[in-house]
Amino acid sequence: MSTTLRSSLPELEEDEPRDLWIDESGSDRAFVLGSRAIAATVLAITAGIGLFLAFSAIPTFGRYGLGFLTETQWQPEADILGIGAVLVGTFTIAAVALTFAFPLSVLTALYIAEYAPARIKATLVSLVDLMAAVPSIIYGLWGFTLIQPHASAFALWLHQHLGWIPFFRVDADPNAAVWEQTRYTASAFVAGIAVAMMVVPMACAVMQQVFSQAPPGEREAAFALGATHWGVVRTVVLPFGKGGIIGGTMLGLGRALGETIAVVLIISPSFDLKVKPLEVGTNSISALIAGRFGEATSLQLQALLTAGFVLFLITLGINTLAAMVVARSRSGQGADA
Amino acid sequence: MSIDLDPRPSLAPEPASPPASPLARTSVRTEPSSTDSVPMHARRTLSRSTAEQRFELVGCWVAALALSWLICGRLMPWDGPLVFVAVTIVLGIALLTVITAIDAGRPEVVDRIVTTVITLAAALVGLALVSTVLFIFAKGYKPLLHLNTFFDDMAGVGPRDSLDRGGVAHAIVGSLIEVGIAIVVAIPLGIGTAIYMTEIGGKFARVVRTIVEAMTALPSIVAGLFIYTTLIVGLGVPRSGLAAAMALGVMMLPIIARASDVVLRVVPGNLREASLALGASRWRTVWHIVLPTARPGLATAVILGVARGIGETSPVLLTSGAASFMVTNPTDGVMNSLPLFIFSTVRSGEPIYIERAYGAAAILLAIVLVLFVTARLLARPRKGSR
Repeated sequence: MSTTLRSSLPELEEDEPRDLWIDESGSDRAFVLGSRAIAATVLAITAGIGLFLAFSAIPTFGRYGLGFLTETQWQPEADILGIGAVLVGTFTIAAVALTFAFPLSVLTALYIAEYAPARIKATLVSLVDLMAAVPSIIYGLWGFTLIQPHASAFALWLHQHLGWIPFFRVDADPNAAVWEQTRYTASAFVAGIAVAMMVVPMACAVMQQVFSQAPPGEREAAFALGATHWGVVRTVVLPFGKGGIIGGTMLGLGRALGETIAVVLIISPSFDLKVKPLEVGTNSISALIAGRFGEATSLQLQALLTAGFVLFLITLGINTLAAMVVARSRSGQGADA
Repeated sequence: MSIDLDPRPSLAPEPASPPASPLARTSVRTEPSSTDSVPMHARRTLSRSTAEQRFELVGCWVAALALSWLICGRLMPWDGPLVFVAVTIVLGIALLTVITAIDAGRPEVVDRIVTTVITLAAALVGLALVSTVLFIFAKGYKPLLHLNTFFDDMAGVGPRDSLDRGGVAHAIVGSLIEVGIAIVVAIPLGIGTAIYMTEIGGKFARVVRTIVEAMTALPSIVAGLFIYTTLIVGLGVPRSGLAAAMALGVMMLPIIARASDVVLRVVPGNLREASLALGASRWRTVWHIVLPTARPGLATAVILGVARGIGETSPVLLTSGAASFMVTNPTDGVMNSLPLFIFSTVRSGEPIYIERAYGAAAILLAIVLVLFVTARLLARPRKGSR
């Protein structure tokens, strides 16, 4: 037996990867080109809208300066245009909507994900989706006719008992013998309740999805340690779903800021800079557009477009932040919205 | 050794003689029917509450109702159903706390309160949804009892004419035409873009995806204002169904593209790879493998987009004008649609007009409900096939 020791490395032929590129068939080339053309068209349309809005903002800011953002009056006759008041109104309505929608959507999502019997869970998820599909004008009618009387009574109660907080003040005598109901209707408070109905399903759907992905091992571990159901929710589900709560709420906020028709139906427009959600009269950017587009000259139209652009930028920023927060909260789950 | 330990019935003919009666047959069988030799016990349900707990729960709420009636109806000058419900809930939770605290520790008390609060909140949301649907149908059923509501338009119908005359046929037809044109534009573009983003990809696709996702944030009124400024003011196109359809299409396009993108992305990659490995071209892979796999999801995305489009008021408010008569040509001047009809008549102050508005709202809600249920049925995973 003899072993031959290799004195030098054997000559290896340089190995090159085989070229995998193949000639695409004609139909494939047509498919790639065709779908690229469609995508380019869609890009042109959508980006075109964004650019168009941005460009129409230039003359407006050129004429009215940054004061456009802070000026509260909208008086085309006097050539005074500004969105200060409507911006505040938009955020007031959204804040009222979130005050109602946030706790309700968190608790409902917890109920569906944790407490509901397994048999009806799928039905409940469908119902939440159905709630999101109901047209906003329906919620507008609901808020306008069914909710408004109760909401104004509640507003009076808030004014009587918490009127010392400036937020709840209304320019009326809370203890008058005859209740001035008209001072408490058509307010940001009532509009906010209607908008909350549109925010709840959006926020709830996201939260419920995240809650039901809570790691089962940790849940079971907590149960095995003797935790109550609430203990499991508090220590496992809620910390895990924090991103979903924040992200879902922000998605809902984006919807609340852009809502038009329910707000237009309920509020009576006014241009005062005020944070009195219980009092009659408020305004929002979208309601301003819906109310003023008809009689607008080209300059005012550009001002309205600018207002719309500002609204779009705000919702875009909020949605992007929300998407980032939600995406981070469930790493590795790329494909879902 | 040839002892067969397998408890499963063997293929050999049964040595036992055929049983005499059906009753005997059932008792002959000794092998367990499942492969599992461990006898199965019914699982004990762990989450079930005990009879005592249920009794406490019922007792608390009955006591709360009674106390609330005493307080609201006899002791305090409070009235109104909302106050009664609020007092009942507060009292119920308080009683539940006290009762639970008698023989349980703090964690259990907190657990019970939280469970009650969560269930009540979910019930409140459900109540809000149910009240919306019932409210619309309760206020709007009267016009629906007259057949002319579905077949007549409002031409020559005055505000005081009874419900026997006039209807919302023009609004229904207008809605269908506008949404029809919008989906003819938005679906090929939206799904085509989604296919490009998922199946071809690349740097350009990432740009498209970013922009499309950004444009889903576009408020619908701004989409309407865009069409109003460019088409109607800029190009001088008269207010028409076509302009409204364009506004709806612009609004629905990013929504459908994004939803389809999500659906296509969850098609398993190994299906694509298997198809390509068999020598299919990319186009055939998409057409025969990816799209059929994603069909239920795509249908849901499209139908929900349509439901969104048909109920959207603000774009059509700006672009379509409001006709009181039947218009079937989308390029021929003003047109009406259901949401616009509701919006313009409910604020008129005329009682009969308002009734008609609620009737139209009931029709709109019914259309959306039907679309929604269709989408759910399509999206349900098929049982038994393949």
